[in-house]
Amino acid sequence: MLKRYPTLYYISSRAVWYFITFLAAVTINFMLPRLGPANPVDIIMARTAGGLDTKAAMEKEESYLKGFGLVELNKDGSIVRDASNKPVQSPLIKQFFNYVKMCLKGDLGTSFLNYPKKVTEIIAGAIPWTLALQIPTIIIGWIIGNILGALAAYKRGVYDGVIFPAALLANAVPFFAFGMLLVYVFALQFNLFPAIGGYAQDLMPSMSWEFISSAAYYYVLPFFSIFLILAGGQAIGMRSMCIYELGTDYIKYAKWLGMKEHKIVFYMFRNAMLPQLTGLALSIGIMVGGALITEMIFSYPGLGMSMLTAIQGNDYPLIQGITLLVTLSVLIANFSVDILIGFLDPRVKAGIGGK
Amino acid sequence: MKILKNLLKSPFFVIGMGLFLITILVAVFSPIFYNIDIHTRVGAAYTNPGGKFILGTDHMGIDMFSLLLKGLQSSLYVGFMAGIIATVLGTFLGVYAGFKGGWIDDVITMVTNLFIVIPQFVILVLVSSSMKEGRSLSLIALLIGLTGWTWSARAVRAQAASLKSRDHISLAKVNGVGTIGIVMLHILPYLMSYVCMVFIMQTASGILSEAAISMIGLGPFDTVSLGTILNQAMRSEALTDGAWWAFMPAMILVTVISFALYMINTSMEGVFNPRLRK
Repeated sequence: MLKRYPTLYYISSRAVWYFITFLAAVTINFMLPRLGPANPVDIIMARTAGGLDTKAAMEKEESYLKGFGLVELNKDGSIVRDASNKPVQSPLIKQFFNYVKMCLKGDLGTSFLNYPKKVTEIIAGAIPWTLALQIPTIIIGWIIGNILGALAAYKRGVYDGVIFPAALLANAVPFFAFGMLLVYVFALQFNLFPAIGGYAQDLMPSMSWEFISSAAYYYVLPFFSIFLILAGGQAIGMRSMCIYELGTDYIKYAKWLGMKEHKIVFYMFRNAMLPQLTGLALSIGIMVGGALITEMIFSYPGLGMSMLTAIQGNDYPLIQGITLLVTLSVLIANFSVDILIGFLDPRVKAGIGGK
Repeated sequence: MKILKNLLKSPFFVIGMGLFLITILVAVFSPIFYNIDIHTRVGAAYTNPGGKFILGTDHMGIDMFSLLLKGLQSSLYVGFMAGIIATVLGTFLGVYAGFKGGWIDDVITMVTNLFIVIPQFVILVLVSSSMKEGRSLSLIALLIGLTGWTWSARAVRAQAASLKSRDHISLAKVNGVGTIGIVMLHILPYLMSYVCMVFIMQTASGILSEAAISMIGLGPFDTVSLGTILNQAMRSEALTDGAWWAFMPAMILVTVISFALYMINTSMEGVFNPRLRK
């Protein structure tokens, strides 16, 4: 029945696919930390048995085992222990279902470093910063990159000679290297912008003008360090797309008809843009990974920074929570791009599939 | 040969290949000429470059240039290892899916798309953060290779699927050549240029991934890489101390290698896809 509304059919089939991907991501998030001989779960199990830890550490670890449903519990909620005082581990499949249940309830456990703070609380504090940094950067980088790429392809000559190598270089610079370079040059050598943080140290996050202007000032360097790399990558892709379009028959025909230049450019741009949009959907994951590292370089108070502190402090619940959330956001971003494609791609409307 | 001639006409190829070969030569032969142990302190912390030590010393007083050479070797090693694993895996799965079609194709495509959407960075962080002691350079290379093949599989599949309906394939089928024979003799040769490009990009992304993961403190325990140098520099406040030699050379080196590889790739694209040429 849905077949009669191709766009709707397309979107709902994408939604099903992303839901399956999400389940796979949850499984991966559950399984990966358990691989390897010295994995965190085993380490924590052994620690709670040894009784070598301080009482506070014990409490944390026990709450981790209970919170994640890793061990069998007595009726009174205490952990079942075997003869050598080692906690009795639940079967893997039961652990897995406990974990899925937790995730679906929106509970990601309790942080080790900031015990007894919930992981979700920490993430909730960090995520607005990450979204505020990454969404505009990716969108603006995509748009500017595409315009530059189209310009290089259409004008050729000097434009291509400058834009293309510059874009190649920008695209080849690793995120972390570029971030460090900007910090060193603009923050430490010339003192133009602050080196680290998301806002002035003496301010409290609020909606005041003072705070917002401070946040904007701290925004500049991280923004550029992600933006330039993204725009470079998009420009390269758009350039080859447009060169391809320029060689097609419809453009030649339009030229012979004597169509106005801006009209031809418009057609070229529109047709080259769709594959670029699909490309965006596929590369969001890589972009987000790079942007997280940029946040770490600038100690930007977002998810990247929380991830770095979690890694340095072996805060496994926090690491696991953040990786799951990053994956989820990437999936949502992908899905949004797919919906956009659903509305823009005439092939979807015609019901012959967009991809 | 003709392809090589065309490639040599492209300035991008000459510059990129030149840069890349220089880094390889430096990594392989420099230890003969410059050999200062990287496990002993040879001077004060953050000694300025020039004088006795070409690039000064790091925060421990270890010779920076030796560290850099070691790091370069490690990074190239990771790049090649990860590049080979990802290319072989991606090419094999891509060709198989593209040629076979049917449900095998569906399954491989589904898995590929799944791992394209789930960020490689996330998987690397998850695995390496839970392997504290056992993190060796080879293991990291293996991890990067095993998580990075998805792109190549997707690209190669599209190419293989377009070859499938060519006449010479049908002829081979009629003559009773098996799947493996067709793939090896009649499909792979057509994809060789493509596979080369995939390998170059996978090597570049292997080097970048290693540097990124080491940079955030999840690097190898058994050796020095360009990423771990950057990590050490970050942690010991080289940035605020103004000790540019502790991070700038490693940063430039990573950028030069990836830039060189990207240029080689672009020039190959231009040769194999004449439309992109001027």
